Amino acid sequence: MFWLKRNLPRLVIAPSFGVIAWFVYGFILWTIYISFTKSKLLPVYDLWGVDQYFRLWSMPRWHVAVENLFIFTTLFIVFCIFIGILLAILLDQKIRAEGFLRTIYLYPMALSFIVTGTAWRWMLNPSLGIEKFAQDLGFVNFTFDWLVTPGMSIYTIVIAGVWQSSGFIMAIFLAGLRSVDDEIIKAAKIDGASLVSVYTKIILPMMRPVFMSAIVILVHLAIKSYDLVIALTAGGPGISSDMPAVFMTQMAFHRSEIGLASASAIMMFLTVSAIVVPYLYSELKREDDRK
Amino acid sequence: MTENNYNQLERSAKNKKIIFRWILFIILGLFAIYYIAPLYVMIVTSFKTMEEIRQGNLFSLPNTLNFESWDIAWNGQGFSAGDVFIKTYFWNSVKLVVPAVIISTILGAINGYALTKWRFKGDSYIFLLFLFGTFIPYQAILLPMSRTLGSLGISNSIYGLILVHVVYGLCFTTLFCRNYYISISNEIVKAARIDGAGFFKIFFRIILPISAPILVVTVIWQFTMIWNDFLFGATFTFGKEAPIQVALNNMVLTSSSVKRYNVDMAAAIIAGFPTLIVYVLAGKYFIRGLTAGSVKG
Repeated sequence: MFWLKRNLPRLVIAPSFGVIAWFVYGFILWTIYISFTKSKLLPVYDLWGVDQYFRLWSMPRWHVAVENLFIFTTLFIVFCIFIGILLAILLDQKIRAEGFLRTIYLYPMALSFIVTGTAWRWMLNPSLGIEKFAQDLGFVNFTFDWLVTPGMSIYTIVIAGVWQSSGFIMAIFLAGLRSVDDEIIKAAKIDGASLVSVYTKIILPMMRPVFMSAIVILVHLAIKSYDLVIALTAGGPGISSDMPAVFMTQMAFHRSEIGLASASAIMMFLTVSAIVVPYLYSELKREDDRK
Repeated sequence: MTENNYNQLERSAKNKKIIFRWILFIILGLFAIYYIAPLYVMIVTSFKTMEEIRQGNLFSLPNTLNFESWDIAWNGQGFSAGDVFIKTYFWNSVKLVVPAVIISTILGAINGYALTKWRFKGDSYIFLLFLFGTFIPYQAILLPMSRTLGSLGISNSIYGLILVHVVYGLCFTTLFCRNYYISISNEIVKAARIDGAGFFKIFFRIILPISAPILVVTVIWQFTMIWNDFLFGATFTFGKEAPIQVALNNMVLTSSSVKRYNVDMAAAIIAGFPTLIVYVLAGKYFIRGLTAGSVKG
């Protein structure tokens, strides 16, 4: 009875711990193992070495996916952070309708990527969407057919992605700005610093942790992005807007290449880990330092 | 400096300030239009007839409020075999979301409580496992998960999806609750323990009554994540068992008949409506969840 009482906290955690150990870490290990086998439609458990990784990196389609991921991630981060900071700083100027504007800027975050993709797919429709609107306004030669142009469709994913996520970056920067002591700003202003230099020289450098969080979140969102691609371009035209997450599900569930799919999944996993592990390490260290 | 000069200087500073405010509002207003435009387009498109869509443009208002496309999106037309509509799948999602949110939130609260108020050896490592679990790309677990669901006999069912969402939501709910409880003073718990109160008594009598803020945040987060999920739904279900986002995507992508953009938009609004309502009603908690999930540790 005493033993039970003493170990109750552990017993309570145990089921959840077991579930996570099995369904998260056990499953990742399984995927790693399968990536070293010849598995096609069904898993085979004879080790085959790293050949799946060689196959993967010799596939043009995988290169397209990785290149697209690189383009998407870079632009997604740059635009989200730029817009996010701009809006946060402007909203921080004691605006009367702040609450209302904030609600508008952030609502896309409540919508799913499928809804987002559906809405933008319609807006970017070459024959009836924005293109036609501009032509009706009198810009007869205006064309905006990125959605159906190979090489350009990836940028439509950036447009929709930035629309969906930039408000969130605004929110975390605004929270950061609100935690800055007003006295610092006042003191700098008395010293004759302009508003612009107060922000660029003093406040934004103080926001380093916020930048870090924002970048980690955005990178990890970008690597995982699947729904938005499916809903907006379905990886097309052809495979021109393919991304690793789309590649993986294609290989796993449509091409019966589960060894190859596992290898691509592990590449994604390693990329996320390479960014997240150092970040978590520094965050937890900061928390320890505070104690 | 004469009095006159001084006044002039003051006036120009005031003018400058007014101009600055105007620029501020114009930029903020333009961004507001950018964010609102897609929602506006979705709404007006859903009320137009296909004839109006072809003749007018994206932003033009409908001539009359035409609810027909909403009816078709929700109920279907009911005469062809491949008729795709939203109703069934909307209720699938409701049946999925309610139990999955409740179970994962309760487990998260108990885990967070045990990890912070009953410290034991190795608890911080267990927490790390949960924390890292919030970041993993789900592609790394999709294949074994689909095999597991198959061998449990719950593939292509709501039960399977409930399991999946509880398991992977557990990382988030535990993280949220742990970060909240760690800021609560240990003194109350210690005092209660000296008085002889046990693990569950302290949880139900002391911790739970002050947990409302974090439980709201957690519930909203889980609700949004699960309602909006597409990857798990599309991978583990098909046909009549699919959740709403999958159904919406199927509906929009089917090219069997003439495209009906008005019906697509009505369906998209229906699929986005529940989370949007939650956001409008409880935006404060929604944002808190987002930032709690981001500034971790």
